[in-house]
Amino acid sequence: MTEILRNAVEVHGIVKHYGETKALDGVDLTVREGTVLGLLGPNGAGKTTLVRVLSTLIKPDAGTAFVGGYDVLRQPKQLRRTIGLTGQYASVDELLSGYENLYLIGRLLDLSSREAKARAAELLERFSLTEAAKRPAKGYSGGMRRRLDLAASMIGRPKVLYLDEPTTGLDPRTRNEVWDEVQRMVGEGSTVLLTTQYMEEAEQLADELTVIDKGRVIANGGIQELKTQVGGQSLQVRPLRPEELPEMARCLHEAGIPATFSEESGLLSVHLTDEGQLTTVIGALGTRGFGIAGIDTKLPSLDEVFLTITGKSSVPAPSREKEAVA
Amino acid sequence: MSAATVTAAPALPADDTRIGLRANLRHLGALTRRNLMRIKADPESMLDALLVPVIMIVLFVYVFGGAMASNQHEYMQYMVPGLLGTTGLNLAMALGTGLNTDFQTGVMDRFRTLPIGRSAVLLSKMIAETLRAVVAFVVLIGFAMILGLDIKGGPLNLLAAVGLSLVFGASLMWVSMLLGMSLRSAQAVQGMSMLVMMPLQFGSSIFANPSTMPGWLRAFTKHNPLSALADACRALINGTPVGGSVVTVLVWAAGITVVTAPLAVARFRKRT
Repeated sequence: MTEILRNAVEVHGIVKHYGETKALDGVDLTVREGTVLGLLGPNGAGKTTLVRVLSTLIKPDAGTAFVGGYDVLRQPKQLRRTIGLTGQYASVDELLSGYENLYLIGRLLDLSSREAKARAAELLERFSLTEAAKRPAKGYSGGMRRRLDLAASMIGRPKVLYLDEPTTGLDPRTRNEVWDEVQRMVGEGSTVLLTTQYMEEAEQLADELTVIDKGRVIANGGIQELKTQVGGQSLQVRPLRPEELPEMARCLHEAGIPATFSEESGLLSVHLTDEGQLTTVIGALGTRGFGIAGIDTKLPSLDEVFLTITGKSSVPAPSREKEAVA
Repeated sequence: MSAATVTAAPALPADDTRIGLRANLRHLGALTRRNLMRIKADPESMLDALLVPVIMIVLFVYVFGGAMASNQHEYMQYMVPGLLGTTGLNLAMALGTGLNTDFQTGVMDRFRTLPIGRSAVLLSKMIAETLRAVVAFVVLIGFAMILGLDIKGGPLNLLAAVGLSLVFGASLMWVSMLLGMSLRSAQAVQGMSMLVMMPLQFGSSIFANPSTMPGWLRAFTKHNPLSALADACRALINGTPVGGSVVTVLVWAAGITVVTAPLAVARFRKRT
C-alpha cells in the first residue's frame, strides 16, 4: 500500500522574486501519484510561475522541488522526460500541421522515426484530430488547438502532466471535451497538476486542492474538507416583498446574526455557523411580520470558499453591500 | 499491480546534462526539418530574399543602368555581383525574426521542456536559413544570367563569391540573434534590420562607384564592410583582381563574430 502514498510532485519552500514582486514566496505542496491536484488562485497568484519552475523553464531563487523523484535543479533533462506540459504558453508551431507537430516532438523525445509516426497517428486519432492532421494548426478552432496541445504533451507518455489553465477561453462544450480527456488521462494513471481560476473545473477534476494567493499557499486539502473548513451552510431567504430586504437584514443584525442581501438576485443570505441559527432566523423574521416566499440551504460553493480564504470580500457586511449597490 | 510499475527514486546527483552525439544529430535533423517546413508553409517569407533583389536588379539595371554606365550590360556587370553579395545578409535577418517568433509564440518554451540541447534549436535555425540563402542564390544568379549577366570569373569564382557572402551573413546572424531576443515583436526585428541595412546597402559601392560621391559619404562608404563585400564579389564574378577586399570581408566577419557571438550566446542561455 505504500506506493499509493508516494508523491509524484514535492515542492518545498520554493521562492521566486522578480525585483520587488514576490511571485512565489515559499510554496510547499505535494501531489500524490495518480491523483489530480487543483492549484487554485486568482490572476497573478503565482500559479503559472510555479508550473514554470516545475517544468525547468525558470530557476527558483530558493527551495527544492522534485518531480517523479527528479530534482528540478540538478536533473532537468531526466525530469523533462517524465513531464508533459499544456498551458497558456508552451505552444505548438502554428505553421506546421497537427501531425508534423506531434511527429517533431516524438523525434525530440528520441522516438525512432517509425515510433514517432505511429505515436502521432495514435494521438491524433484519440483526440479526434485525424481529419485535420494535415492542415496547419493555425487554422484549428480553439478546441482543436487545445486538444492538439494536450496530445503534444502526451507524446512521451509522461508520468506527470501539468495543465496550466487548460480551458481558459474555451466555450462550455469544448471545455467539457477537454475535461473528459483529462479524466481519461487520470484514469490511465497519470498524475496531474491542474492550475485553474475556475472552481467548477477544480470541483470536476481535482482530488485535492491547494489555494495560493500572492505567492503563498493559503489553504489546502480535499474539496469537502475545504468547504467544511470555511464552515457551515449558507441560508438563502427569498422575501415575499423584495423591498423589505434592507429591513430584514437589519432585523437579523439586531438579533446578532450577520446577513447580506442582494437586490439584484432578491435574496437574503445568512452564513449559518450552527444548527440552531436556522430556527432563530426564521423566528426573528416571522415575529417582525416579514413574509417569506422560500428558503434554501446549501454548502458554500467553491467560489465562496475561495473568496473566504483569500479574504477578498468573502461575506460582506450589509453596510458594504449597500455601498456597493449605491 | 501498481507496485510493479513504481520505480525507486533515482540516486542523486546524476549528471544528466550530456546528450549523446547521435541524439543531438537526431534533434538537429528534426528541428531543421521543422524550420524548412515553416518556410514551405509560409512562402511569403521567401519574398524578402527573392522578390526584393529581383525588383532591385530590374529597377537599377533598366531604369538607372543607362545613366550610370555607358550601357545597361556594363552596369549589370557592376551592380548585380555586389547585390548578390548581400543575399547572404538576408539569412541573418531571417534568423532574428524566426527566433523572436519562437520565443513569442511559446514554441521555445515547448522545446525547453523537452530533453534536448538548446544549441540544437539555434543551430537548426542557422542551417535552415543557410539553406534558404542557397536557394535564393540559385534563383537570383539564374535570373541575372537570363538577363545577360556574364560569369566571367568562372564557376569556381562564383562559388567563392557565394561562400564569402554566406560567411559574412553568418557573422551577422549573431547581431540578428541579439536583435531577435531584445526586441518585442518579429515586426520590430524586421523593421530594425531594415533600418540598419538600408543605409549600409546604399552607402556602399554596390550601386554606384564611391568616387562619384561627396567626401563625407565616400569616407563612410570606404569603411563600410558591404563595400568590401561588393568589391570582392564583383572582382570574383568578373574575373578581375580581388585586391584586399576578400581579406577585408573576412576580417570584418571575424570581428563581428568575436564581439557579438558571446553576447548573443550569453543572452540565449539566459533566456533558455
